[in-house]
Amino acid sequence: MHELSIVSSIVETVTESLAAYPGARVVEVRLRVGALASVIQESLEFCYGIATEGTALEGSRLAVTTLPVVVHCAPCGQDVELAGVQSFRCPRCGELVSEEPLQGRELEIESIEIEEAIEAARRSDDDPDCGVAAGNSEEER
Amino acid sequence: MTTRIVELRRGILKKNDELAAGLRGRFAAAGVLTLNLVSSPGTGKTAFLEQTLRELRARGARVAALVGDLETDNDARRLAASGAPVRQINTHGICHLDAEMVEKRLDGWELAGLDYLFIENVGNLVCPSSYDLGEKIRVALLSVTEGEDKPLKYPTLFNSADAAVITKIDLAEPCCFDRELALMNINEIRPGIRIFETSAKSGAGIEEWLEYLAEARMPRRQ
Repeated sequence: MHELSIVSSIVETVTESLAAYPGARVVEVRLRVGALASVIQESLEFCYGIATEGTALEGSRLAVTTLPVVVHCAPCGQDVELAGVQSFRCPRCGELVSEEPLQGRELEIESIEIEEAIEAARRSDDDPDCGVAAGNSEEER
Repeated sequence: MTTRIVELRRGILKKNDELAAGLRGRFAAAGVLTLNLVSSPGTGKTAFLEQTLRELRARGARVAALVGDLETDNDARRLAASGAPVRQINTHGICHLDAEMVEKRLDGWELAGLDYLFIENVGNLVCPSSYDLGEKIRVALLSVTEGEDKPLKYPTLFNSADAAVITKIDLAEPCCFDRELALMNINEIRPGIRIFETSAKSGAGIEEWLEYLAEARMPRRQ
């Protein structure tokens, strides 16, 4: 049950990135969650409602894309997707794959959909670099 | 009002991951091998660690331990009986240790004066797997009393481990523990992982574990 910690990190990260968009309100937060991330979507959603109260994220939707585990099977010479997390056998040849998964441990915020105040949106449209530059500096932090 | 999509592409646990990367660098620079012990409550992490600390000290190794629990310093007191420096981390309700808690408790410790640092995580088979503590080796423990299918029930934790330790092997027979099945299940989730079958009571398997630790600290040159 570390979903509350995770949701708190989401609120913190999103709030920080909103500094570049004054007055903006968050409509949706899109996550990419690997099958090995041991995060339960229902718990995440439950905690999300509580953690976002009184923040710019209040009332926003949480959209979760679950990513299956992908491993590289050396005998097949291919990257293969596993049906679940109960077995790390290549579904093609049946061999166990001991290498680190290529995909499946993700726990990241992919993007956010925000609703900007008209004036702020017009300003950033006049100078398209403005918004992009602000976004980049956030990412580097 | 107008809407727009802002790409973030940011790890949710990025702050922890960055702190952990910093710790990993410090541990490597100091030459201390750090291990993170994870299991469910009652597997016998503390008993296993008590014995490990005692045996390592008897061989002249310099060891220390951090131990995480929600409340009480019972485990720290047990471990300190080995003579090793031990610090308790009380998480007060938080179900896992994170890199910040570890970093704070290292204050005042001369890492370069240590050969091994053990971090006993909060007993929990789910959450600790998401939090990197900067360890070199993550050890997943499983006792014979818990059932052979634990690795299948909690695949994330076993899949993120570098070594697996089966504890309380002296109870295998009364518990009708199916050894072959347990080994097969661990291997199905983390193919090729080193598995140690131990008993803190009888001392079984400890010698092999100590050899592994020595090897991990100073990899033999080919």
